Amino acid sequence: MKRSWFGRVWPNVIAVILFIGFVFPVYWMFATAFKPTGDIISEDPVWIPFNFTFEHFKTAVDADHFGQMVINSVTVTVLAVVFSLVLGLFSAFALARMRFKGRRGFIIGFMLAQMAPWEVMVISIYMIVRDAEMLNSLVPLTLFYMVMVLPFTILTLRGFVAAVPRELEESAMVDGCTRMQAFRRVILPLLAPGLMSTSLFGFITAWNEFPIALLLNKDAEAKTLPAWLPSFQTVYGDDWGATMAASSIFAIPILLLFVFLQRRAVAGLTDGAVKG
Amino acid sequence: MTVQTERPPSGPPEVVKSGGGRNGAPRTPRARAGALAPYLLLLPALVATLVFLGWPLVNNGILSFQNLNMRQVILHLTEWNGIDNYKEVLKSEDFWRVTGRSIVFTAINVVLIMVLGTLIGLLLAKLGSKMRRLLLFGLVLAWAMPVIAGTTVYQWLFAQRYGVVNWVLAKIGFSSMADYDWFGGQYSTFFVIITLIVWQSIPFVAINLYAATTTIPKELYEAASLDGAGAWKQFTSVTLPFLRPFLYATTFLEVIWVFKALAQVYAINKGGPDRLTEILPVYAYIEGSGNQHYGMGSAIAMLTIIIMLFLTAYHLRIVLKQEEDA
Repeated sequence: MKRSWFGRVWPNVIAVILFIGFVFPVYWMFATAFKPTGDIISEDPVWIPFNFTFEHFKTAVDADHFGQMVINSVTVTVLAVVFSLVLGLFSAFALARMRFKGRRGFIIGFMLAQMAPWEVMVISIYMIVRDAEMLNSLVPLTLFYMVMVLPFTILTLRGFVAAVPRELEESAMVDGCTRMQAFRRVILPLLAPGLMSTSLFGFITAWNEFPIALLLNKDAEAKTLPAWLPSFQTVYGDDWGATMAASSIFAIPILLLFVFLQRRAVAGLTDGAVKG
Repeated sequence: MTVQTERPPSGPPEVVKSGGGRNGAPRTPRARAGALAPYLLLLPALVATLVFLGWPLVNNGILSFQNLNMRQVILHLTEWNGIDNYKEVLKSEDFWRVTGRSIVFTAINVVLIMVLGTLIGLLLAKLGSKMRRLLLFGLVLAWAMPVIAGTTVYQWLFAQRYGVVNWVLAKIGFSSMADYDWFGGQYSTFFVIITLIVWQSIPFVAINLYAATTTIPKELYEAASLDGAGAWKQFTSVTLPFLRPFLYATTFLEVIWVFKALAQVYAINKGGPDRLTEILPVYAYIEGSGNQHYGMGSAIAMLTIIIMLFLTAYHLRIVLKQEEDA
């Protein structure tokens, strides 16, 4: 009897401990961001921020060029994702619905491209962009991020396109639609959830990208948030309240996206990942 | 997609809208256009990938055969120096030390991620639905945390003064840890980096693994228990074999991901103290852009890519073969 009680309880106990372990760093970021400085530099940690303050958020937002960097990050991320969805949709449609010579080669090519070691190619990318005199511009960042998420977009959307029954498309065409119309009116609406979960991956990748942004856009007004965040931490040193407020501002969009799209997002990401 | 009707390679069936194609004359150009259609659809993605991924890769190779330092970069000089960069890199002790370190670093991370991730995934399958949702929520939150934000938070958690970790350690009896400087030593910095990466990576493995366990047919367990298999035997004879392909694939993804984990390592302590936590991508980055030895950096980058190919070759072959047989 006692044993079975124990057997029922231990998984729950471990689950709670794990829950705390995984959530705590995220919680601590927000808690520190909202605490007055006196509570941050106290000998014993103040676990719950009862004295609420927005002072640290003000410090972060008032940092030089903060607004511009938010605009830069949003611009680069949104454009990269939208472009890759458009290009990806064309390719995914061809790969899922058409038979042609070299189809398998394309798929394997995109699978390999998905594993591209971008982090290692930064020097070469820097030299190319420099020779094109495009340093400190958002255009190269957008294009590189677009290609960075393109293989995943294509391979994932291919699965979603293939899941739309062929008969729907065919009957639309029998009813007099062209292939393009059938695609726009029948397939595209059914693909909406797929497009959403695919774009989530793109958002995360582009929003987070660090080494290329760090090297290409060094001017303060051309920086993106991930390249700025570590430097902010260096400049403000031990002002952990401001650093955590800046981190929170940077993390919130992605956290919200995840929470709102949780189920769909997780399913989408795992689908794509397991397929390679 | 169980029933798949073969169709002619031209793609779109001929849907004749108006009288135009009655005698069949305009058919040929249309069929040709149909045959070209897939290539036209793939063209934009192909061009973009070749220009922005293919060219940097080739250019990386070209740069690695050049003597390219600050002077040459400023004056736009191209000085070929054959395989000198490679000779120098392969002769240097640093390179081999960093390579060994990268491999050990990757191995430790991947083992921890896979073992803990698998255990947590199995735990998720065992939990009741309320607790499962709670733990899933925690995992998703950690997963969603942007890499660089996570890095700054870990710097704060492990901060020398007022850091929570030092406070907890001091409270539970390690009073010497009260003002411990985690970023002052090689192993302690690695400890923080590994904790960070494992924390960031487990959710992906655990949630995937849990999703995979839900697809195991219940009949297999029933059959096993009819055969008198206990819990452990059921695990080794049903669960594990079923999950094996998934575990291989995930391990492979994690190896790639951890091996090139530049952002965490660089952002947390810039490869320091004294360049002691540099792993290969960080080493290439610092040699190339920090110390402005662009040619050398490119050579290190090429060697890094080759090492990565070796590490993942076995799995890559399986994946490619599956896709070819599909």
